[in-house]
Amino acid sequence: MMLVRITGALAALLLASGIACAQGKPTDPQIAHIAYTAGQLDIEAAQQALEKSHNKEVRAFATNMEQDHKAVNDKALALVKKLGVTPEDNDTSKALAKQAAAKRAELAKLNGAAFDKAYIDNEVAYHKAVNGALENTLIPAASNPELKDLLKTGLKIFQGHEQHAEHVAAEFK
Amino acid sequence: MAARTFGALLLAIAASQARAEVIHVKIENLAFTPAEIRAHVGDTVEWINADFIAHTATARDGAWDVLIPINTTRRVVLKAEGTVTYFCKFHPNMIGRIVVAE
Ligand SMILES: [Cu+2]
Repeated sequence: MMLVRITGALAALLLASGIACAQGKPTDPQIAHIAYTAGQLDIEAAQQALEKSHNKEVRAFATNMEQDHKAVNDKALALVKKLGVTPEDNDTSKALAKQAAAKRAELAKLNGAAFDKAYIDNEVAYHKAVNGALENTLIPAASNPELKDLLKTGLKIFQGHEQHAEHVAAEFK
Repeated sequence: MAARTFGALLLAIAASQARAEVIHVKIENLAFTPAEIRAHVGDTVEWINADFIAHTATARDGAWDVLIPINTTRRVVLKAEGTVTYFCKFHPNMIGRIVVAE
């Protein structure tokens, strides 16, 4: 079940990246849109966790996700404004949003420890998938150096989140 | 005699306070810099967070756990001898070390 979920998340993202690749490597406006969307979706996941969870560790994690991803997205917005880049919607962003909506609906049906475990397991898988996409696709493809730098900083932050999520997830094993 | 002992005590306190140092560690780009510091019991470590997100300095042995918001400094007084490893709770890939001598 766990394996299926992670594989599903990765497959959806890789498929989406494949689509972006088929059209050539993603452009800066598309990369900005993908990175912003990935952050926004994790903020929404955190908000669902803060509505539903009573677990102290899970709530602390979700609060930090909300703050960090907002801070990174604020930086991204300021940067695209400065560069005069308009983020452009694309198949990868759409696939991420669709997958997140499905996950949100699935989590909405769960409560208590079952919700906490499913949320945090998904946070581990989600950060893994996004970090993989940043490292292997988005950062190499970014052409503007300031955008590349922000994505690299984002990757370090999200790698931290992945480890944080793993620590919290270990308590539900 | 008593006055003399008291005087000596005051001197000793003054001397130890004079020796106590404040050691600065900068948090920048998801790293503690320098990552390893050497200190003495009674010294203070002061972290300054120059990143645009909050971090923590959390001792692995549970001795202290400090939240360091954006653009703030936070301090810890080192009370025991030994090597302390610490990390950021939010980003456990951030790790620092303090070697505390007597
Ligand atoms: Cu941190």
